[in-house]
Amino acid sequence: MKRLRLTVQLLFTIVTNGYLYGFLDGKIYRGSLKYACVPGLNCYSCPGALASCPIGALQALLNQRGFQVPFAALGFFFLFGSLLGRFVCGWLCPFGLIQDLLHKIPIFKKKKRLPGHRILKYGTYASLVLLVCVGSMFLFGGFAKVPAFCKYLCPSGTLLGALPLLSADEALRGQAGGLFLWKLGILIGIVLLSVKVYRPFCQYLCPLGAIYGWFNRFSLVQIHWEQERCVSCMACEKACPVALSLQEISRSRECIRCGKCVDACPQKCLYFFRKPS
Amino acid sequence: MNFWKNRNIWILGVLTGAAFLGIGASQGQLEVVWRKAVMICLECIGIG
Repeated sequence: MKRLRLTVQLLFTIVTNGYLYGFLDGKIYRGSLKYACVPGLNCYSCPGALASCPIGALQALLNQRGFQVPFAALGFFFLFGSLLGRFVCGWLCPFGLIQDLLHKIPIFKKKKRLPGHRILKYGTYASLVLLVCVGSMFLFGGFAKVPAFCKYLCPSGTLLGALPLLSADEALRGQAGGLFLWKLGILIGIVLLSVKVYRPFCQYLCPLGAIYGWFNRFSLVQIHWEQERCVSCMACEKACPVALSLQEISRSRECIRCGKCVDACPQKCLYFFRKPS
Repeated sequence: MNFWKNRNIWILGVLTGAAFLGIGASQGQLEVVWRKAVMICLECIGIG
């Protein structure tokens, strides 16, 4: 399962960022695939990105004059969320993959959570409400509204968008100033923290994870627990990278469906999908 | 019966998503998303 997940993560990241010419030329893909969104946090200003970022799409719609219900973005959230829930985070998000790889670096004693997790975990909702929604509707830069999450926080934009574009385009490089340094600082902080703590951005800041978390209780992809066969050895709890209890696995908003509990269970009483009755 | 325990609720979510996408497309929202996504987003890269 571990190897399968890494393969899926790598393949999905490569395929959805497959416009290789963009990396060489410092230009971004402008084709019709960008009418659609990818499920994970994947900056649409990444030179290789073939589709749009769902959080970027939501903000673009909220940035319009007046107020319109952002049906298109909500449609993507309902589709991906109802089918996959936070399986997207565990298997399909490029920024999740990067944090997973950083956490494998064998330095520091690894931690599953930050101290104060019970409060800090609400950071994802704060980021969603304050930056993505309220910020995008009410923060102005000149006469235009700004996508506040992308502008002030998103490390995926810095890593997948800014760094490749600035390294390929001298004119853009000349314009980088304080805001870029602020975002670079956030990225460096998250990169360093990811080596010690498991997926700090996903656990404490990601608005997309907050949205998909709401779908976790009823999405098609679930991790099922066959209680009758369970011997309560708690191997699943020990294996869970976000420290969930047996009862919380799969249904919790924090479960990213990584499948480590499924691998760890000696009785094989945890499994993806439902067995046919 | 608990609504959330119904194993087919996800179908309702998918249908809602498809309906929302249809409404959004009819209001030109996919066009708005595309126009934003095909220009380099200066805010995203920390310049704008």
